[in-house]
Amino acid sequence: MSSVGLETHTAHATSHGEETGLWSWITTVDHKRIAVMYFLTATFFFLVGGVEALLIRIQLLRPENSFITPEMYNQLFTMHGTTMIFLVAMPMAVAFFNFVVPLQIGARDVAFPRLNALSYWIFLFGGLYMNASFIFGAAPNASWTGYATLTSSTYSPGHNVDFWFIGLSILGIASLAGGVNFITTIVNMRAPGMKMMRMPLFTWMTFVTSFLLITAIPVIAVALVFLGFDRVFGTVFFDPTMGGDPVLWQHLFWIFGHPEVYILILPAFGVISDVIPTFSKKPLFGYPIVVYAGILIGFIGWGVWSHHMFTVGLGPIADSFFVAATMIIAIPTGVKIFNWIATMWGGSLRFTTAMLFSVGLVAVFTVGGLSGIMHAAAPIVLQQHDSYFVVAHFHYVIVGGAMMGLWAGLYYWFPKVTGRFLSETLGKWHFWTTMVGLNLTFFPMHFAGMFGMPRRIYTYSAELNVEIYNQLSTVGAFIFGLSALIMIYNIMKSARGGERAGANPWGAPHLEWSIPSPPHHYNFPEVPLVKSREPLWNASEREEILAVTMGEAKEEPVMPNPSYWPILLAASITLAWGLVMTGTWWIIALGALPVLFCVLMWAFEPAFPEGH
Amino acid sequence: MALTSRTGLPGRVRAILSLPIRLRAGVMALLLPLLMAGCAEEYPQSTINPKTDFAEIIHALYTSVFWWTMFILAVVWIALAYVLVKFRAREGDATPRQIRGHVGLELGWTVGPAMIVIAITIPTIQGVFATQRPVSDDAMVVEVTGHRFWWEFHYPELGVTTANELHLPVDRPVSLRLGASDVIHSFWVPMLGGKRDVNPVPVVREGRNPKYNWLYFTPFETGIYMGQCAEFCGEAHAFMAMRVVVESDEEFSDWVERWQSGDAPAPLPVEEGVSEAVESEPALNGDEVTEPIRTQARAGDPLAMEGRDVFLNQSTCVACHAINGTSAQGVIGPNLTLFGARTSLGAGIRENSTENLIQWITDPHSLKPGAAMPGVNYNMAVPGAAPWPATGLNEEQVRAVAAYLLSLR
Amino acid sequence: MAHAATTAHPPTNTGISNWKLGFWTFIGSECLFFGTLISTYMVYKGKAVTGPYPSELFDVLHTTMSTTILLFSSLAMVIALHAVQHGKKSRAILFLGLVILMGGGFLYLEGESYLKYIGYGLTITSSTFGSTYFVLTGTHKLHVIIGMIWMAILALQIGRGKITARNAETVEIAGLYWHFVDIIWIVIFTLVYLIQ
Repeated sequence: MSSVGLETHTAHATSHGEETGLWSWITTVDHKRIAVMYFLTATFFFLVGGVEALLIRIQLLRPENSFITPEMYNQLFTMHGTTMIFLVAMPMAVAFFNFVVPLQIGARDVAFPRLNALSYWIFLFGGLYMNASFIFGAAPNASWTGYATLTSSTYSPGHNVDFWFIGLSILGIASLAGGVNFITTIVNMRAPGMKMMRMPLFTWMTFVTSFLLITAIPVIAVALVFLGFDRVFGTVFFDPTMGGDPVLWQHLFWIFGHPEVYILILPAFGVISDVIPTFSKKPLFGYPIVVYAGILIGFIGWGVWSHHMFTVGLGPIADSFFVAATMIIAIPTGVKIFNWIATMWGGSLRFTTAMLFSVGLVAVFTVGGLSGIMHAAAPIVLQQHDSYFVVAHFHYVIVGGAMMGLWAGLYYWFPKVTGRFLSETLGKWHFWTTMVGLNLTFFPMHFAGMFGMPRRIYTYSAELNVEIYNQLSTVGAFIFGLSALIMIYNIMKSARGGERAGANPWGAPHLEWSIPSPPHHYNFPEVPLVKSREPLWNASEREEILAVTMGEAKEEPVMPNPSYWPILLAASITLAWGLVMTGTWWIIALGALPVLFCVLMWAFEPAFPEGH
Repeated sequence: MALTSRTGLPGRVRAILSLPIRLRAGVMALLLPLLMAGCAEEYPQSTINPKTDFAEIIHALYTSVFWWTMFILAVVWIALAYVLVKFRAREGDATPRQIRGHVGLELGWTVGPAMIVIAITIPTIQGVFATQRPVSDDAMVVEVTGHRFWWEFHYPELGVTTANELHLPVDRPVSLRLGASDVIHSFWVPMLGGKRDVNPVPVVREGRNPKYNWLYFTPFETGIYMGQCAEFCGEAHAFMAMRVVVESDEEFSDWVERWQSGDAPAPLPVEEGVSEAVESEPALNGDEVTEPIRTQARAGDPLAMEGRDVFLNQSTCVACHAINGTSAQGVIGPNLTLFGARTSLGAGIRENSTENLIQWITDPHSLKPGAAMPGVNYNMAVPGAAPWPATGLNEEQVRAVAAYLLSLR
Repeated sequence: MAHAATTAHPPTNTGISNWKLGFWTFIGSECLFFGTLISTYMVYKGKAVTGPYPSELFDVLHTTMSTTILLFSSLAMVIALHAVQHGKKSRAILFLGLVILMGGGFLYLEGESYLKYIGYGLTITSSTFGSTYFVLTGTHKLHVIIGMIWMAILALQIGRGKITARNAETVEIAGLYWHFVDIIWIVIFTLVYLIQ
């Protein structure tokens, strides 16, 4: 299993036929460039959401603090939640889907390259649109779950909630298109011999996540349509004075919202299922079990939404059903954790930063998983629901799970993206500040919640005696903030001056490591034949594959045309959706015209160069 | 931190930081016995200090699940630590054996956790049913209504309506019927048990029953318990607290009786039972510390008498507020009957003292941004409520109204 | 929309083109979309506080007529696709025209009922029934309109010789969409109008 990194004399060949410059990025349909744009944009929003979090933590430093007003606080925590989920965790995972999946399955691009670009631009514009609300002092302020009737035009008369529901529906389009794209890519575009059960785990989890996306997004879309109609046109979906039921919103939101949780976590599981074997020099233990566990989690994830609603009063029978379903999810999740440990068992572990983050995920995510078991026990959650205990739980899951996994992926695939390593020294600083920061921030929250501090309160009474836990959290949050700066500094520094990496610097087993770093814009000069799950760990198979993948293309492969219609269509969709805020039929209808125009232009533009 | 918490004071201390030192000391001295009595617990909203059957069921389940999770955590962390230490790469490591899986192990760590899950699920489902059993007939019903941002408590059997401080007799089952007038709130008094959402109840067609949520429990220890709204309900969500006074049967009946006699002058305490109740009732207003509670202090207090006139006849107070036995019958804001007997104001956010009350009447938003009550010189315009002009009371009138309200006890 | 569909990408693992597979995936997503709309209608069924109520309004015969027209449009769609696949240009255009016409007929009849209901006082703001009914059926009608525009573009393209038997898949995918919109209507017709 020697590293093929030594054999990479052509590793740094510049990709020919590739344009550079701003215009080329705006019109690009190359999945690798789109991935980079996704990552950078998500990192930018991560900073925005992080600053929001720090302001929240400063406000909570002392009881009855008046650092910010309640109204501002409500905007900050709403935008913090919305940003971190929809503008950071999801798109950052999509960045990895984009870069890694086509390379792992031996494809030259995704199935619909222009649609892929469209997804990115919609995500960018949707995110900017929602954040633009700050300029008007009208950022969303009804929490990221937007429970009716607080979001009604009666109780939220300003434009705050308009920005929220319009922004979210715009982002939904991007996710939906992404889901369709990746399902098609993975089902249809695998290299010869790459059977489903030979796919790397990251691709598998992308696949499962994509299914969750295309099934969960429509549900929230409908919920947002209802909310929008209620607010703008006076329908009564959630209006109790007219017989509407506010709890219906919660059902719709969580039918989407729980699969959403797995949309966040499964990509991270996928990343570390690739990273851990690589740095253990052992194949993934129980590959089929880990795959099935992932599918099972995705599947059962559809039947557990009401465990977010144990306090709502659905009655003991419904509660019991959702208790049982939720408990069952613990089993496949546990199976995954044991399989990761078994993968490392007997291996030869190299603690690179990527590996540290993966191991850190296993250790820290378990804490979040176990508090999840407490919450699955419905009577317990009657105490813990909407308290800081829950805040601790989901931050352990999302930061300690999803984000740690994605950062493992960052250190793992960065050399493939840029041809250079991220600094391992800075990486270790990043890892340890993350570990200290996140545990110091979120662990004390368990106690704050246990001693009766509700979430979403802009201040708390000193009598609750939870000041010390809040102070610890605030200190932790700043350490965590520091870790983010270290990461960004590391990326900026290493992208230009990092140590050069070969094609397969980690000695990893999967197809993405069989091509030069950074890859040609067409990825594979010729598509290799795959014979096993770890093609680069079989000496003979490796030889055959490298002979194909490390050479030059005999003739320039036909790649899709660049196009400026994705960005224009994305802009017109954002505009059209934004006009809904006016509440005037004809203006809204007028807004649909540019969309129609762009769709037509898109349809008539050849996707590939003439003659092909 | 630890020091202040032992005296039980810190939250309210900061509230009065703006007062002159002498006054502050005075107020603190007055509040001390109250707080010692009511908040002797170090964590007044602790979820692990059950004082009802309901809270006990939850706590028992929590304890058992807690130890299960600790066990799992120990297994995972020990295994992980062992692996990380034992199998780290060393110089000259040979390629590890390429093991791809083991059916027995996979079965083991599927079945093992499954057993634990079953062991947790069975008592959980028992708990689900135990915490939502049908309402028993002998329970006292209280209709709880969540408003932005205060609590209304109505005892249909007693005809009593109060706000923000719920009085309950000890050892008697109680059923809370929960409904909201505007957005979703959640009733949470941790030591009395878990929370239940207070939903706006959808209107139903003639002849059908609207669906309310219920909480059912029996408090078994007297005391003042703190709670607060646990579902984000808007700007002043953080300030939507409440207190539950669990008291002896006698104290409770006395409270009800006093409520029912309302604003009318009550007889001087002659019965012994009553005077006991008086002593345990905390004294709040410095001027009246020595007065027996049930005397109408204002009879001899011209300021309170003046305040009564201002409240009922010279201001817009009565448009929203009601005081039993008077012409004030507003239903928009909290019912103020026995206001002087409450320990807190503004929905549990400040101690009920003259100074705080004056500040509240003058400028409620300074204590509670988002409150629907207009100030002396600003209008009220909050989402979901009809706009209301400033009260325009002068300083003298405010002091008088405060004195009147505090005399209602 | 699917010009390049048949060109320039290597054979797929499933043998189904990316466009078709992607579109099936999208239709799966649409099922959830309509599923949620229909579920909401069902949840609120019989719970409207104020009238008019469905039983006072619905004229099953009238709706059966519009449903029949929509069903026949699917038949026309099948014939149009067959014609494209066999290079029969004018027949394809004729039948696509019929699809559009029948879609229009459906919209006309449904529009008639809309006006009638509104005349009786049922609007999107009048009750939960009004809100759920109009948003559900309105969303379906929006789908019909999009389908009609799509068919018109296809007919135009066929006329200009841009779509031939070689890339008939474009029409096939549009057909897929149209049949889906039809099927959804049958579900709505059954659940909303027939089972009251």
